[in-house]
Amino acid sequence: MSNFKLSINGKSYQVDVEEDMPLLWVVRDYIGLTGSKFGCGIMQCGACTMHLNGEPVFSCSTPITAAVGKKITTIEGLSEDSSHPVQQAWIAEQVPQCGYCQSGQIMRAAWLLEQHPKPTDGQIDEAMSAHICRCGTYDRVRKAIHRAAGVDS
Amino acid sequence: MNISRRKFIQTSGLAAAGLAIGYQFIACTADEPEGTIQLFRMNVDNEAVGAALNPYILIEKTGAVTIFTPKPEIGTGTFQSLPLLIAEELGVNPTSITVKQSRGDNQRFGDQDVGGSSAVSGRWVQLRQVGAAAREMLCTAAAARWGVAAGDCRVENGQVFNQKNESLSFGDLVEDAAKLPVPKEPKLKDPKDFLYIGKPQPRKDIEWKVNGSANFGIDMKVEGMVYAVIERSPNFSGKIKSLDDTAARSVKGVLDVVRTERWLLQRKPQESVAVIADNFWAALKGKKALQIEWEVPAEPMSTEKIYNNFRELAKGDGAKDKSKGNFAKTFAAATVKTEAEYELPFLAHSPLEPQNCLAHVQGDKVEIWSPSQTPNWDVQHVAGFLKIPPENITYHVPFVGGGFGRRLIGDYVIEACRLSKQLGKPVKVMWTREDDTTQGPFRPGSVNQLKGALDADGHLLALHHKVVAPSINYALFNDVESKTKPGYIMEPIADLYDIPNFETSYVFADVEPMPINWWRSVYSSTNAFAHESFIDEMARAGGQDPFEFRRHLLRNDARRLKTLEMLAEKSGWGQPKAEGTGRGVAITHCFGSTAGHVVEVSKNSKGKIKVDRVVTVVDAGIIVNPDNYRAQVEGCIVMALTAALKDAITFENGVAKQDNFHNYRMLRIDEMPKVEIHLMQNTEAPGGAGEPALPPLAPALANAIFDLTGERLRKLPMDLTT
Repeated sequence: MSNFKLSINGKSYQVDVEEDMPLLWVVRDYIGLTGSKFGCGIMQCGACTMHLNGEPVFSCSTPITAAVGKKITTIEGLSEDSSHPVQQAWIAEQVPQCGYCQSGQIMRAAWLLEQHPKPTDGQIDEAMSAHICRCGTYDRVRKAIHRAAGVDS
Repeated sequence: MNISRRKFIQTSGLAAAGLAIGYQFIACTADEPEGTIQLFRMNVDNEAVGAALNPYILIEKTGAVTIFTPKPEIGTGTFQSLPLLIAEELGVNPTSITVKQSRGDNQRFGDQDVGGSSAVSGRWVQLRQVGAAAREMLCTAAAARWGVAAGDCRVENGQVFNQKNESLSFGDLVEDAAKLPVPKEPKLKDPKDFLYIGKPQPRKDIEWKVNGSANFGIDMKVEGMVYAVIERSPNFSGKIKSLDDTAARSVKGVLDVVRTERWLLQRKPQESVAVIADNFWAALKGKKALQIEWEVPAEPMSTEKIYNNFRELAKGDGAKDKSKGNFAKTFAAATVKTEAEYELPFLAHSPLEPQNCLAHVQGDKVEIWSPSQTPNWDVQHVAGFLKIPPENITYHVPFVGGGFGRRLIGDYVIEACRLSKQLGKPVKVMWTREDDTTQGPFRPGSVNQLKGALDADGHLLALHHKVVAPSINYALFNDVESKTKPGYIMEPIADLYDIPNFETSYVFADVEPMPINWWRSVYSSTNAFAHESFIDEMARAGGQDPFEFRRHLLRNDARRLKTLEMLAEKSGWGQPKAEGTGRGVAITHCFGSTAGHVVEVSKNSKGKIKVDRVVTVVDAGIIVNPDNYRAQVEGCIVMALTAALKDAITFENGVAKQDNFHNYRMLRIDEMPKVEIHLMQNTEAPGGAGEPALPPLAPALANAIFDLTGERLRKLPMDLTT
């Protein structure tokens, strides 16, 4: 067990966990932020996506040691009040069905819009194909990203 | 429970109402509103509680209205659509109410399954009656205050109005109303007066699902809880020959390693080993460190053996199911005839939230938190397993990260209860994706054999459809009768077309020890591929247009014909196709709704086939929330495309070969075709939402590929990557 100092959503935390524990489980089970989800454990589904220094990572496969000293942002830290443009677009397009994959989808979409404020369909495909939605909300994900970018799809 | 006189009156009134509307209600106290877990992080003002007019409706003195939704929210929108039915009749704006998830309690809430696309269609009358009964009680209470007739009062937006347009709020009236008998046959609104039903409505769970605050089963936690990750017999039947748990026990955080079992209804329990730890990661590492030697069956099953057996069995006649006219005679005499065989694979459900359950058994009581499609079944099974009365079970229903039929089987619930009882602690059982993909229960595969003949005009004269498949009811319930009386195993083969000489037959196939169960749209998901592909084959055999061929088969069914014709219109069926494109049509009727797709495909410069566009028309009668209905259709299209184009679950040496999303792949956003959905408008009773649009997609796709390439693909999944 080792002691790690973490910065999550602008707050400092100290946790005492095994060094190989992935970031996802530290955040869910020790910090108590459960918005990031476990779907596959092998970087295939994207449900666990968080930001490390603004870059999306699969937290299920990111060891805690890789997150130390970096700014960790989870879905809970994207905005105080669901006011992030991506969250607002997600509500407007009524994207989620079961909702389980959506925290991860939203985190990547927020990053995508920082990279490409007006992403093309090709850029959306490239970024968002890291995610699996078993409910099949892909069409709305695309519409919501265009909406958040202020572009009619 | 202290039931005061007021509550006693209310309770007996409710009992009467309950019987009148088909449910048996038990006492519900106003000051102990129906217990719910905190499904979301928001403050609900529980001060100044008013009265529960029935188990579904709580009206506070402030006028605040809470509606308890009786069924789990697995993604299909019940959290909005079911309260909407009550709110419409009660006379409150659905956006102004608080919705809470009911507990698993069928004494209060009746059937709580979400399966068979029945959430709205199955409760369409009852839940509106629940709202209407409360509305009439509030009107009667107001009428008494004013000294007017109740019939002269009307409701609007949480208030009762008299003819002078004076008003009293529901909050002012609720205590009086709660003392009144519950009307036995409350009057329902005329559909033309609906204010909210039929209009797109936002879902209340959406905001929580975009900010991470929606709580799923996997998010549940209680003091003193331990985690369990389980290794189950990989071939479903093998016993443990040897177990070495030394390495597992040495993982930091691992507390114990115990032998346990997987229960699956009437099936033989499956031997398992559980690693118990103080955190999930340690339990998972512990599981990976287990050294188990499993007994291997003398003749382990394999996909090859299963399908060889299906084909061998197909040589027999099987059990006759439907019969009309004389198939044998007309087929023998016909000049234009065709025969074909189709093969459908076994599949996993793969809801994105892996199975999990938190259970705390304390003596003869148990508290459970679990993502479930059927809390009431789980309660019944836990009661049987722990040998305790169902009322000793507190069953919390969190949001559910996808169902698709998988969570109609509570094997993981029993696992958690068994371990909690054994360990004397709250235990959270967590499945991994590998567990989920390899352990089933799976969607059963099948072989379908069809024969058909045309008359001199090229119309369908005779058709025989034989299904060779396992019986889910036999596998789960030992329902021996289902081997010869297939019932829903034959859906939706006989549910649409008028074929003059028509026969269906079922050949039972055993796939023991593989666990199987219902998968979104169940047997319709397999049978429809064969049936609607073959209808296309028959149309082509007679040189007919596939749409016109179907039009003739539906000529005596005005409602379905309209749906088909709308599909042709919306898809531009009659218009010329672009060079290098193909299009196919298919239509089915199942789960109370008729759905059809036209799929368009093209070949790219490398000759690879791509799905470009899906045009869909659905007739589901009255649609309570059209936007949510569309979402369900979108979901059906994606799940059907995945099943048609991605991976099957296959078996070798008794073990599933696919184990996670890298080899059991899902369709992703970059493969999405353009989707256009049209919903028929009418005032018929609602049909199903979650499943009906799935079955016709794969055959429409195969028909489109035939149109493009001339090649008939009769086996799923198809591989378009080469």
